[in-house]
Amino acid sequence: MIEAKGVSLTFQTADGPVHALKDVNLSINKGDFVSFIGPSGCGKTTFLRTMAALERPTAGTLSVNGMTPDQARKSRAYGYVFQAPGLYPWRTIARNISLPLEIMGFSKPDREARIARVLELVELAGFGGKYPWQLSGGMQQRASIARALAFDAEILLMDEPFGALDEIVRDRLNEALLELWAKTGKTIGFVTHSIPEAVYLSTRIVVMSPRPGRISRVIESTLPRERPLEIRDTPEFIRIAHEVREGLREGHSYD
Amino acid sequence: MSRVMPVLVVLLGIVALWYGAAVAMNAPWARDQAARAGTPLSTGQLIAATMVQERPVLPAPHQVAKGLWDGIAGQKITSKRSLVWHGWITLSATLAGFAIGALAGAALAVAIVHSRVMDLSIMPWAIASQTVPILAIAPMVIVVFASAGVTGLVPKAMISAWLSFFPVLVGMVKGFRTPDRMQLDQMHSWSASRAQAFFLLRLPSSLPYLFASLKVAVAAALVGTIVGELPAGATAGLGARLLSGSYYGQTIQIWSALFAAAGLAAVLVALIGLIERVVLKRMGLAR
Repeated sequence: MIEAKGVSLTFQTADGPVHALKDVNLSINKGDFVSFIGPSGCGKTTFLRTMAALERPTAGTLSVNGMTPDQARKSRAYGYVFQAPGLYPWRTIARNISLPLEIMGFSKPDREARIARVLELVELAGFGGKYPWQLSGGMQQRASIARALAFDAEILLMDEPFGALDEIVRDRLNEALLELWAKTGKTIGFVTHSIPEAVYLSTRIVVMSPRPGRISRVIESTLPRERPLEIRDTPEFIRIAHEVREGLREGHSYD
Repeated sequence: MSRVMPVLVVLLGIVALWYGAAVAMNAPWARDQAARAGTPLSTGQLIAATMVQERPVLPAPHQVAKGLWDGIAGQKITSKRSLVWHGWITLSATLAGFAIGALAGAALAVAIVHSRVMDLSIMPWAIASQTVPILAIAPMVIVVFASAGVTGLVPKAMISAWLSFFPVLVGMVKGFRTPDRMQLDQMHSWSASRAQAFFLLRLPSSLPYLFASLKVAVAAALVGTIVGELPAGATAGLGARLLSGSYYGQTIQIWSALFAAAGLAAVLVALIGLIERVVLKRMGLAR
């Protein structure tokens, strides 16, 4: 589904070149939930952005559904959820979700059906007529996820979507995200800097390290797909979390 | 009531100060007259005499109020002594200039936001245009237009457009640039065209800035029109009233015209404020 071969990205800055990504190889299968974790500057967000054609790799090849990222973007292969909800304050929640659909030229009845469906999916049914400021931060981020789901992209790319929320809300949203993933069968790329979040959500955890940004370890999760929140207290969970922490430490020993 | 009180207190203070100043500034002339007539004045008589002069150095507030009332309600509105007639002349040129200026400012802002070349090439000229004293430019504009046979509204509107395009340009450039990197990336991730990004994101984001700059611009447009009326032979418009008043020492007429202009500006700014409230409320931006 997503195939990265030798992907490198170097930014030219006034202080010389910055190697944001170096020789990244990764393949993500359909239906995977892949988390990217690492300290800041490790290129996890940059890699997500290259998949979404928001950045262009300077070397290597990257294919999404057998297409270049740019073609994939045009064929609506992915929905992107940013760190902040980015809802327009002058549009209601329903009309915010409608925004990408309007841009993509969906008909009005189709738009309305899709809005109703995704609002249901993120448990915001009945909030369509509200303005963003009338909703809590967690609800706003759910609305932004609904917006990314509205046009039926197969891939959902999420850049620290719950980073700005408190832990209790985050737990609830993590649980909801897993439910949503089970229901829709999307392929999800998820950037985070929380170890428990990464372990709880993912089928695969990609540990990255900085200078140059690269993958230091890929950990396959042995947890079942069905995951109640209590799974975080099981030895299996703690073992995987430990492995992720080891991977992060390994990455740091370079500098 | 608690909101009206401070305003009233300040207003009363200003009126009291004004009366004091009127007495002080008009007294020498009253004393002079009395000395010439050989009839010494008591303090009470002196104060009374400073309130009723025909050409006072500083007319008392009630004299200005009476002048205003006479000018607005005491004349047929087609009369050349009517402030309504003069006000309309000024207002029509102001509105025309404001419309031209606001449209030009907004159009330039669109160009600047979408093209780096335009950004680099227009902005310095726009700023330079505002550093030229309008008082120096206005007569030239009037003369150039007059030599081409164009007089009346158009040259004045050009001067007022000159003053009013700038705040709109600056405000709209700022407004169009308020969407942050993330919002633009979002648009890009949906493969939105530049036109879609403009109409769905940049334009609505810029509206609060638009209204703020329109308020500045409409006041500037009025100033521009009045300045444009000064060298136009002083036949019509509030600017003409100001000028002819100063030719003939009609201070009451000057002050009346001044207050008429201020009132007009206040009404125009309030009108834009009203439109702003309605539009932002309909957009759900007003809470």
